[in-house]
Amino acid sequence: MQLTNLTIQEASELLKTKKISSVELTKETLKRIHDVDKKVKSYVTVTDDLALKQAKQADERIAKGENITPLTGIPFAMKDCISTRDVKTTCSSKILENYVPQYNATVTNKLADAGAVLVGKTNMDEFGMGSSCENSAFFNTHNPWNLNHVPGGSSGGSAAAMSASLATFTIGEDTGGSVRMPAGFCNVTGIKPTYGRVSRYGLISLVSSFDCIGPMTRDAYDCATVLEAIAGHDEKDSTTYNSAVPNYTKNINKSVKGMKLGIPKEYFVAGMEAGVESSIQEAIRTYEKLGMEIHEVSLPTTQYGLPVYYLLLFAEASSNLARFDGTRFGLSKSENAKDVIDIYLQTRREGFGDEVKRRIMLGAYALSAGYYDAYYLKAQKVRTLLRRDFETAFSKVDILLAPTCPTTAFKLGEKTSDPLEMYLSDIYVVATNPAGVPAMALPCGFSNDMPVGMQLIGKHLDEQTIFQVGHAYQQVTDWHKQLPLI
Amino acid sequence: MTQTIDTKTIKHVANLVRLGISEEEAQKFSGQFSAIIDYFNMLNEVDTENVIPASDVANAENVLREDVVKPSMDREEFLKNAPQSERGYVKVPTVLGEE
Repeated sequence: MQLTNLTIQEASELLKTKKISSVELTKETLKRIHDVDKKVKSYVTVTDDLALKQAKQADERIAKGENITPLTGIPFAMKDCISTRDVKTTCSSKILENYVPQYNATVTNKLADAGAVLVGKTNMDEFGMGSSCENSAFFNTHNPWNLNHVPGGSSGGSAAAMSASLATFTIGEDTGGSVRMPAGFCNVTGIKPTYGRVSRYGLISLVSSFDCIGPMTRDAYDCATVLEAIAGHDEKDSTTYNSAVPNYTKNINKSVKGMKLGIPKEYFVAGMEAGVESSIQEAIRTYEKLGMEIHEVSLPTTQYGLPVYYLLLFAEASSNLARFDGTRFGLSKSENAKDVIDIYLQTRREGFGDEVKRRIMLGAYALSAGYYDAYYLKAQKVRTLLRRDFETAFSKVDILLAPTCPTTAFKLGEKTSDPLEMYLSDIYVVATNPAGVPAMALPCGFSNDMPVGMQLIGKHLDEQTIFQVGHAYQQVTDWHKQLPLI
Repeated sequence: MTQTIDTKTIKHVANLVRLGISEEEAQKFSGQFSAIIDYFNMLNEVDTENVIPASDVANAENVLREDVVKPSMDREEFLKNAPQSERGYVKVPTVLGEE
């Protein structure tokens, strides 16, 4: 039995029955990271000492039989945009290369309270800006299924680490597909919850009105387990919902028979890789066999999702990233600075990569006098229409199914020279964020030996149905159990 | 409609976001921005007459609480990350007026 391949559910059972210890499981995970991550390069920081300390504490907790949760003793990795006290949090940017937060994100606290064991922080596109992880200022992460291919982005490190069994679960963050797109590329399950379901306190903001922290796991059951632990109201984030977090795993086995599955026709257009399309069609047939009613639906604003998403991202990111100014924390360049403006100019020039520079400048452009109405305001209006699309669709069906990406993982370097081409790879995942609805990616096949992902999109706050429908699929298929040989 | 974003505009927005850029960078960004903005112009096709712009998230409502004084981060702890500090303050060069 390879401990690092266990699901949370399996590992937790072995821990609770004392067949294994958390120290044992954590050591195995760290060993595998030190062996395998030379090739995958999914971790920016590995927290060996902290992990072993937390593992010991978890074992003591289990020995005493006190306050044991399904995550007690389970090793996990965190995307490097989520604050971890005394552990470097870099956003894979030079501007935060040596930044050590003095406080924890709410998610970090919740996982620590549950007894989960932090083994490290994962690589990402700088500040979450990218779809391939190639915008990390440090190094590229490789897809464990083929090291010449990208893992997707921006949570590429979290997806690759999960895929290569370098943690029992990982935490990602999804601003416009950053959990789902790499989950699809790397054959893991990952959810972008409803906006406001998980606290953003301590998350380094990209787009404050889109950002959603979400777990990446081996299957839907584990995903439900982790979301249950990290979701909930937080007085430090006023956009979090007050409503109670359901016990997602309790009802996950409920039959999907008679439920209505919507297939948005706008997601099936020319340009989709043949193997992706056939895998999705096969998944639809599987749901038909499970007794779901299949309905074609229309989300007419779909093709405008991408410009809406990117324009609003540019605008919000340009103001959010104003805080990186070289005065209070992070990189500071002040050689011969005559005034404070000089520090800003030098620090930001040196600290930000090209994609970040592009986006904050485009944001300032879209918000500037003369262009505000044509770009920012127009995008906010079309955002209203995007949201209505989902409302209309969900008045007819219970859940939607769509691919996560028109292709499987592309090759490293294939799209780096053309920013617009890179943006287009997000076409299927971006619309959900401006609308705020939850969506989960899960494995549904292979095309040319690379994983294919699909996503289940649900109603506001209805993660329960997503987990139930995802779990039903994973009970009759084994795509999610396929592991890369690495 | 094709819109060219010249290097003068690039330098202007770079200054707005306090980003030092070189002439070569301005030229590179100019070409890329024109293509990206051109793509975004497709939004003009959408009829948004009488559509209210989304300004909030779905659950937006005012969240109020009592203004209770609570301890905040220790000053010394906070200043750990500051590049320069003096007598408990973050130190920066002159911001206003003459030295």
